[in-house]
Parts: sequence; structure tokens; C-alpha cells
Amino acid sequence: MITHQYDVVIVGAGGAGMRAALESSKEARTAVISKLYPTRSHTGAAQGGMCASLANVEEDNWEWHTFDTIKGGDYLVDQDAAEIMAKEAIDAVFDLERMGLPFNRTPEGKIDQRRFGGHTRNHGEAAVRRACYAADRTGHMILQTLYQNCVKQDVEFFNEFYVLDLITDRDLATEDVEEGAEVNATGVVAYDLATGEIHVFQAKAIVFATGGAGKIFKTTSNAHTLTGDGMALAYRRGLPLEDMEFFQFHPTGLAGLGILLSEAARGEGGILRNADGERFMERYAPTIKDLAPRDIVARSMANEVREGRGAGPNKDYVLLDLTHLEPAHIDAKLPDITEFARTYLGIEPYTEPVPVYPTAHYAMGGVPTNVAGEVLRNGHDVVKGLYAAGEVACVSVHGSNRLGTNSLLDINVFGKRSGRSAAAYAKTASFIDLPENPAAAVEAQLTELRERPDGERIADIRRALQETMDANAQVFRTGESLNQALSDIRELRKRYQNASVQDKGKMFNTDLLEAVELGFLLDIAEVTVVGALNRKESRGGHYREDYPQRDDAHYMQHTMAYRRPTAAADEADGHIAGYFDHVEEFDGYKVVLGSKTVTQTRYEPMERKY
Amino acid sequence: MTAVMEKADAQPKAGEIPSFDVTIKVRRFNPEGDAAGESHWDEFRITAYGTDRVLDALHKIKWEHDGSLTFRRSCAHGVCGSDAMRINGRNRLACKTLLKDINPQRPITVEPIKGLPVVKDLVVDMEPFFASYREIMPFLITKGNEPTKERIQSAEQRERFDDTTKCILCAACTSSCPVFWTDGQYFGPAAIVNAHRFIFDSRDEGAQQRLEILNDKEGVWRCRTTFNCTEACPRGIEVTKAIQEVKRAMITRAF
Repeated sequence: MITHQYDVVIVGAGGAGMRAALESSKEARTAVISKLYPTRSHTGAAQGGMCASLANVEEDNWEWHTFDTIKGGDYLVDQDAAEIMAKEAIDAVFDLERMGLPFNRTPEGKIDQRRFGGHTRNHGEAAVRRACYAADRTGHMILQTLYQNCVKQDVEFFNEFYVLDLITDRDLATEDVEEGAEVNATGVVAYDLATGEIHVFQAKAIVFATGGAGKIFKTTSNAHTLTGDGMALAYRRGLPLEDMEFFQFHPTGLAGLGILLSEAARGEGGILRNADGERFMERYAPTIKDLAPRDIVARSMANEVREGRGAGPNKDYVLLDLTHLEPAHIDAKLPDITEFARTYLGIEPYTEPVPVYPTAHYAMGGVPTNVAGEVLRNGHDVVKGLYAAGEVACVSVHGSNRLGTNSLLDINVFGKRSGRSAAAYAKTASFIDLPENPAAAVEAQLTELRERPDGERIADIRRALQETMDANAQVFRTGESLNQALSDIRELRKRYQNASVQDKGKMFNTDLLEAVELGFLLDIAEVTVVGALNRKESRGGHYREDYPQRDDAHYMQHTMAYRRPTAAADEADGHIAGYFDHVEEFDGYKVVLGSKTVTQTRYEPMERKY
Repeated sequence: MTAVMEKADAQPKAGEIPSFDVTIKVRRFNPEGDAAGESHWDEFRITAYGTDRVLDALHKIKWEHDGSLTFRRSCAHGVCGSDAMRINGRNRLACKTLLKDINPQRPITVEPIKGLPVVKDLVVDMEPFFASYREIMPFLITKGNEPTKERIQSAEQRERFDDTTKCILCAACTSSCPVFWTDGQYFGPAAIVNAHRFIFDSRDEGAQQRLEILNDKEGVWRCRTTFNCTEACPRGIEVTKAIQEVKRAMITRAF
């Protein structure tokens, strides 16, 4: 075991992690621990843009952006956080430009902007050009630019190190820690993939920026490595996860493959059509049509397919039509996604419509934080020294449905904020002693997995998990389908106890890590389904066919899910009898649901029409 | 789809995805165990589908046959740069290469990229590659005060370096370069591409410094214009052209 000491440790080197690192490394001794080389992070796969009301091409302001974000999230957004994000968006874009990001330009040489789903002029009048972009590679440019600046600033990285545990001075998972009591994060335990060595990092402040968990689903735009690690580590250590039932399905995944085709395709004029060639979004969102928010478009597509108007031999997808656009325009604005269609489906988008179907894309929920990035351990108490930003976190600026481009914005605004908060805190705090053998749990877990006799393959269990999640917890959900998913997850958990790895080596053992990651996926799937079962309403990305209406009277609350020992109390913070009081027993522990109040400032919830 | 493939499909039912069998030969290297340090070929026979990529085949091997097969991958659609490997003797991304496009009638060979130390199976040590990248100062260098808003850059100025902004640092170009194979000190195409990205950016003021660095004996002059790099680039960057433009800038000092 090797030990390190840093003022600030950042876990994850995607957009949020590196943006945090650029702030904290100026002020405090910082290490970034990443399971991938930084430039492999999935921020790089984001395509269409990053919204900010620069008003470079038409009238716009941050108040409209705030409103759109709140309405887009079906009013489950914390309005103070959304306002901060929309205001700070402007500087976040300028920051990136000054760091060197090669944005597309207007004829005057300013940053160009284009339309994107759900972003409108004057509270929904018409689509507005708000997304700042670099062709359809905006995420790639953000990731590269942030990494370039980390190189410039000599940020210290530990690449291909997997963080496998979070250390706190009070054990929230087993102890009954009273409200208001001080709890400190003190370090993390990491596994060096190259050598198989365990490293313990003691830190005054820790920032989680580990990204999403799309691999709980089979059809997903997410990378193989997006296995919900940070969320699951926090959850296992007794921290709540917020609003996990809200998962975004991006409308335009390449049919059958899930590879993302940016909403920018529709922002640039692309149209969705059913098998009859009808522009069906005119029926579902008469004002902004194909540029309605993603939850609405995804549901509309799935509905077209269910009602028999899907295209293709199995009538199981719809078509994204770009054929009326000039090839030169497509090449200039959408080069990558049109190449995906050519490479993976052999479709020429100049002349043929592209088969598309919704693909699991983004977790709106995550580790709860306040606007400074501090992690909450219930509805109000923070864990000192622990921060989170990006997809792993839930601030909540996305509510029940994130608007396109707002994730690239989120990682920049709240990555920066959490990096600053962490460094400021580290300057005033002292190191706290770690427990006697901080890596014991991780070592035991890895040894057990490695030495378990021949059993079932990890991949088979993972595939079964992904299949049940696709079948039962996707765009359309019912109590019945969710109960099916939950019973499958219980069964898979048992199978996971007996699964084994074939690679018994120490060095670069990816077989072993896939086994560890499957454990994270099972945790995240479980908490997603429990939250979805409890929320008997339809809102944003969570659609219950058995409860198709939004129910503000009872469910205008954030879900908070806690994993607790079987013997612990059945009431969690924010317990609301009849609505947020669900307890789900599992083998050896239980999931207890509570709630957290949604912060509302300027905007009264209204019916959501586009 | 090739004629061979259509024959193998044998009239699938409507909507059914045609499948075919293919042999994958993988270069193995285990740093541990009885045969530590010796490399050998392993053959696997798998069933694949028309949309399957080499990465899908490798996953099928790892997930159904041999869990110890080791390779890097992440995004699986050609944007993260993790899975550059030598497939049928050519550098490509495993996630961007469809099996049906590389004649699955014959065994498909998969090896690690060349010129970097092999760590395990298809995984190489990327540190020397990233070290060269860091050396060319791959970041915007400016003097004077920062503007309060964005810097102004015309669409034409932006277009000037567009091609080289596409680089995903996968190392397919650098590890296809015969000069790099024999001289690990050579900066290699990827580092030069990333220098180009800034040298020709109208906002940047560090071109002189970067050109000094690349004027080194291990710099751009080692390039023998064999075009391997251009052919290898999965992003379609005209790598050799970019290197030539850097050479020209060094002589003319015009950029």
C-alpha cells in the first residue's frame, strides 16, 4: 500500500474534474485521479454545443435561459441553482474561449450560436440561437482545451487509477449519525490498474467528478467506462442519492446501436419523420416541433413506433431527415455525426434519412450538492471537505429533464465552483487522521473477487441487467415493469455473489475491474428503480403509464435515497407519509426513501407545453 | 457490402440481422505468469453481425471466451482515442472498423500499435507519446491583457487550423511512422499535428517557441513523408500535409 497526501484530490478527469483542477491547483496542492487518460473522458463525446445567452446573433438574456432550464426540467429544478448557471454561463464560455477553445465564428468574428432543443426566446415564443459550438465536436474541444490548460498549469494526474472507496471520519453507512453532527471526508482509496497496487490518498478536500452511469442500460450513448462509480461509492458510504429515477433518453441514437447523433442535427434544420414521411413532432409540440426538449421528443418517437408508424423492416425506429440540407452546410456544421451514420449504418445522410431511436444518455440525479459544490448527507447537512460536480452530482439544475447543452455548461460552471470551494476549504482545514487500515475493505473486496472459484461470467450478469433495464425502466414505465426490473436486480445480485473473473493477474487486470464496475451498476440500477417505483406521477424523463399526470401536490419534491442497515430506522430525512416513505428491503441492507424540498424563486410551476 | 458477404447472409428474414463467423488472431503478451514476457498468437472463432466492429469481436472474446484478453476502450464510436491497434497490419481504431469491411473470410489479425512498449496484450505504455505531446506546448500562448469577452477571430482564420483540432491523441499516426519505430526520440506526427493546431491559430503568440522546439534534430525534419500517418488517422486529418506546413513555416516564418 502506497500513501499520498494532497490538499485537494479530484476524482475524475472529464470536463468537471479538469475544470475544478484548473481552479484548485492554482491555490492548493492538487492531484487528479482518473480511471482513464483525461482525453478519453466522455465529455469528449458531447457534440452540439454549450448554451449561454451571449446574444451574439440575436436578442437573448440569462433570465430566458433560466426559465427554459426550469421549464425543461418540468419544475423540479432548484431555481437558485439554475439562475446561477444561466448567469455564469456567459463567463464560462468566455473562459473557454480565452483558454483557446476554437468556437465557430460569426461573420464579425464573434462566437457563433445556434438553436437547440428547449432553448427559447421570451419564455417559449420560438427557438433561440443560444448554443455556442465548434461544429459537432464541442465536447471534444472542451475536453482538449481543458486538458491543454492542465498541461500548461502542470496539474498532477494519476491516470488509470480507479478510486474504489471514500474515507470519512464517521461511518454514515452503519452508524446513526445525528443531524447537525460534523462529518469529514478524509481521503480515497485507489487501485493502480498498471501495477495492481493500492494507493491511499489522504486529502483535506475531495471533489467527485466521475460522470454518469449509462451502462445500466443496454442501448446507450455512454462509454463502456460510465458505470456510476462515484455515485455508488457515495451511496455505499451512506450518502443519499438524489432523483435517480430521472434518466434522460436522447431521442436520436443510431438505431440499434445507441451512438449519439446530436440534437444540433435538428437545430440546423433536420426533421424527424415516421414511416409515412410525416413530420410527427408537429402533433406533439406544435410551436417548437423537432426542437422540443428531449423527454418529449423521445416519448413521441417511442409512441410513433408503438402505434405502428415506425420505419424499417421491423417498424422499430423513426427517421432523421437531413436530405433537404445542403451537403456543404452538413459538412460544415455536422461532420462527425454524418460520418457516424456512414461508418456504422452505411447510410449517406445527404440523400437518405438516418434510422434513429432513443438511447440512454444522461443521469439527471446523483450525489446531492449545494451551489458551492458541497455534498449533502441529508436534506441540509454538508459533509465537510467533500464536493461533487458534473453528471455524478445533482445540484439540481436539470430537475427531471436536462436541456441539451446544459451538461457542458453544468460541468464548467459547477466544476469551477467546486474546485474553488475545495481549494478555499483546504487552505483553512487540517488533515484528519485516517483509520488504521484505510484500504482494508477494498483489499478484501478485490481479493475475494480474484480468488473466488470458477463461477458465472460477469458479462452475462451485466447483459441481463442491461436488458431488464431497457425492457422495464426505459422511456415508458409502469409499476408492473418496474417491479419486474427490481425482482430481476435482486436475482442478479445473488448471481453476482458467485460470479468470478478469469484473469487472476495483478497487472492491467481489466477483467477484475469490470467485476467491480458491475457491482456499481447493480447499485445504481437498484436505486433508480426504487425511486421510479415510488414516484407515482409522470414528470420530465420519468414517465409512468399508470400515472400519466404530473402531481405537484404530492411529488414536487426531490427523491433522496439512502442505503441503510436492515436494523436502522425506517424514516429518512424528508419523510412524507404516503409519498416519500418507501422502504425496500434487500439482502443485508435496505433502501429508505426521503425527500428534499425543491427551491422555487421566480417561477410558479405551470403546465409544460411547447 | 461485398459479394462475399451477401453470400454468407443466405437470405435473412426481413429485419433479421445477418450473421457470419469470423476468426480473430490476437497477439498476446502477458507480463506475469509462467510465460511472462513472451508474446504469441491466439486464435478465436466467433459469430458476428453486419454492424459489428473489431471492438465488438474483442468484447465477445473477452466476455465469452477469455476474460484475460486485455485492451483499452471507452466511447466505442471513434471519439475517445482509446482503442488504436494494428488490424490486418494497419493502424485503426477497433471501434471504427467494421468486420464486414475487412474481409471476414480470412482471419483478422489484431496486434498492439508499434513503437511503444507493450504492457499487456493490446495495451501499450502511452507515456512516451503523451510526453512528446506535452513538449510542444499544446496550449494557447498569448501576451498582454485578456479581453473581457471573446477574442475576435474570423471564420477564415478559424478554418485555417480546423483540420488539426480534430486530433483525439489515439497515437494511430505516430505509431504508424517508420521513423518513430526506429527512433523513439522523434516527436512523431501527433505532437506535430498539435503544434500545427496552435501555430496556425490567429490568436496564438507562441509559434516561434514551438518552431524552435520542432527545429530540433528529433523534430519535423525527421519526417520522410511516407504518408503512413495520413492513412492511419481515424479522424481523417491530413497529417503529412500539416507536417509539411510546419516545415514551410519554419523556413518562411510565415504562419
